[in-house]
Amino acid sequence: MTTGAAPAGRFAEGGRARSALLTGLLILPAGLWYALLLVAPLAIIVVFSFGVRAKNGGYAPAFTFDNYVTALQRTEPFVNSLVMAGAGTIGCLLVALPLAYFMATRAGSRKNLLVLLLVIPFWTSFLIRTYAWLIILNPDTGVAGWIQGLTGNEKFAILGSPFSVLIGLVYGYLPLMVFPLFVTLDRMDRTLVEASKDLGAGRWSTFRQITLPIALPGLVTGSILVFIPMMGEYVIPAILGYGRYYMMGNALVSSFLEARNWPAGSARAVGLILVMLVTVTFYLWFVNRGRRVREASVL
Amino acid sequence: MTAAVAHDSKSTRDPAAGAGGAPDVRIADVTKRFGSVIAVDRMTLEIASGAFYSLLGPSGCGKTTTLRMIAGFEQPTEGEIFLAGQPVAGVPAYRRNVNTVFQHYALFPHMDVAQNVGYGLRQRGTTKAEEARRVGEALELVRLSGYDQRRTWELSGGQQQRVALARALINHPTVLLLDEPLGALDLKLRKEMQLELKALQREVGITFVYVTHDQEEALTMSDVIVVMNHGRILQMGGPTDLYERPVSRFVADFIGVSNPIAGRLVEVAGGGLGVVETDRGMRLRGRVTDTTASPGVGDAVIVAIRPERLSVEPAAAANTPDGAIVRVAGTINQGTYLGDQTEFRVATELAGELIVRRQNAAGAGSGSGVGPGDPVMVSWHEEANLILVG
Repeated sequence: MTTGAAPAGRFAEGGRARSALLTGLLILPAGLWYALLLVAPLAIIVVFSFGVRAKNGGYAPAFTFDNYVTALQRTEPFVNSLVMAGAGTIGCLLVALPLAYFMATRAGSRKNLLVLLLVIPFWTSFLIRTYAWLIILNPDTGVAGWIQGLTGNEKFAILGSPFSVLIGLVYGYLPLMVFPLFVTLDRMDRTLVEASKDLGAGRWSTFRQITLPIALPGLVTGSILVFIPMMGEYVIPAILGYGRYYMMGNALVSSFLEARNWPAGSARAVGLILVMLVTVTFYLWFVNRGRRVREASVL
Repeated sequence: MTAAVAHDSKSTRDPAAGAGGAPDVRIADVTKRFGSVIAVDRMTLEIASGAFYSLLGPSGCGKTTTLRMIAGFEQPTEGEIFLAGQPVAGVPAYRRNVNTVFQHYALFPHMDVAQNVGYGLRQRGTTKAEEARRVGEALELVRLSGYDQRRTWELSGGQQQRVALARALINHPTVLLLDEPLGALDLKLRKEMQLELKALQREVGITFVYVTHDQEEALTMSDVIVVMNHGRILQMGGPTDLYERPVSRFVADFIGVSNPIAGRLVEVAGGGLGVVETDRGMRLRGRVTDTTASPGVGDAVIVAIRPERLSVEPAAAANTPDGAIVRVAGTINQGTYLGDQTEFRVATELAGELIVRRQNAAGAGSGSGVGPGDPVMVSWHEEANLILVG
């Protein structure tokens, strides 16, 4: 009995050990990647944020909360980033929802073509696409000039205003909102819409009660995908906003590269991460709470 | 309470329309084209109140399109549809007092059972208390009490089916439309649900229009079966009518199985009787049920005989000549035991291969045993002969 069981046990153990080794090997590249490029830099930033600026710029070891105090004294970039990323997320949502709905339900055989058209801009550098908006919004060659002519207001300008930053953000991050929405809507069973109408709900009621709740996971994913990079956005406010609308990204660049005050920049970066964490957590809590309330309301 | 009463009186059928004798659904000369494809071809049909109707036909015959036009998901290209006497052209699905049970149920995945069932009531602003009461009643009707808070994906196919039924019936529709709702269930459950659906229909008294391609399902449940093909109605009538007096070869073949014997009509007598001389020289008397082609003397026809109307016995035992009994000698090719019955395939000189079905009643089993290769006599009463244009 024991002699029979022992070899079998050894084999099983050997198998378990091998599979554990295999799992380890499979996780290793991603683990290294995260350790080297995410955890380590994050740790460095946190350590730096408690230090002081060295004489010639950079970091000198110390332990002080001064950087945080300074960062908190200037809340404008935080607020600007939050407002702009929030507005940008809503803007993306307003544009992406009808587009994704159309692609998923009405586009028919042109569906794949439309998906391709959404991807194509990604083949061009983000920087170049952002610079292209300089031409489109320009007073001499673009929309601003046309509006100047229309209204007779010679001073009318879009570039350099928060609005131009918003346009740039919505344009730049739109596909990240469209795709998750498109996927959830595309997977949705179309007869659910017919069933809803059959039971007496009009178009809008059906959209509100059936389509939107079913698309909600895609909507949440898309919102987070666009909100987080928008919070840290630097290029768009610098180019289209002429740096006048001062966001966290710009503040970080000026701390690190211009003032060469790494500890101050690190404290701001940690602040940005905390703001994002709090916002996203609150958002997820809000969405899930809404879902639970809806579920409970009929019982 | 007052709101509930007002709501109830609104949702029940307009008594004036019922008293005026308007059928629940009237389809008047309706054609539906999808591009160059004609799905429904000049169809006219009246669906009487409180009956169980089946639209039966092969896939692509236009039965589902007809259903979708009644529901309001499609608009007729030509013609007019009336619900309870009122024309409904341009009336959207959500304003029609008609509900549908969909093929794959289409239950809302983000709602529990009670929310699904109460959905129609919520669209009309029913109070929460009233909704809860009627959802409870509807779930009781389909024997799902206590399942209110289940998620729909936790339910079995049969239970999902019942939720879909309750969700439709709770609105007291003029007509309930069912689009092959039993297709996804296994055979045993399907048989149970057929009987249950029929009982439910009797209980609630609502007109059911049931789309199916399964002739047995239609025979089991329907008061009236409408057989369709190529967008047209071929025959309409009760199950017995369709089975015993099919008006065309298509209907005879689609509903049940029959043995066709080719021949030529040589005599037409009064009362729909006729005599056929078969290609192999038999003279068979029978009823000319084919009113579609109404064959005359000299026309090529078939004599169709249902397999269960034939009997098979060992050749030696054959006796008692009778003018009304047709006898054909043959040899058994194959006998298939089907549990409740046995199917024989008999090769005959005069009538080709005949399919014979015999009930396996007590004593009729192995005792009178005939097996492959045995010479037998196949006999049937000439009343079983249906004369149709092949």
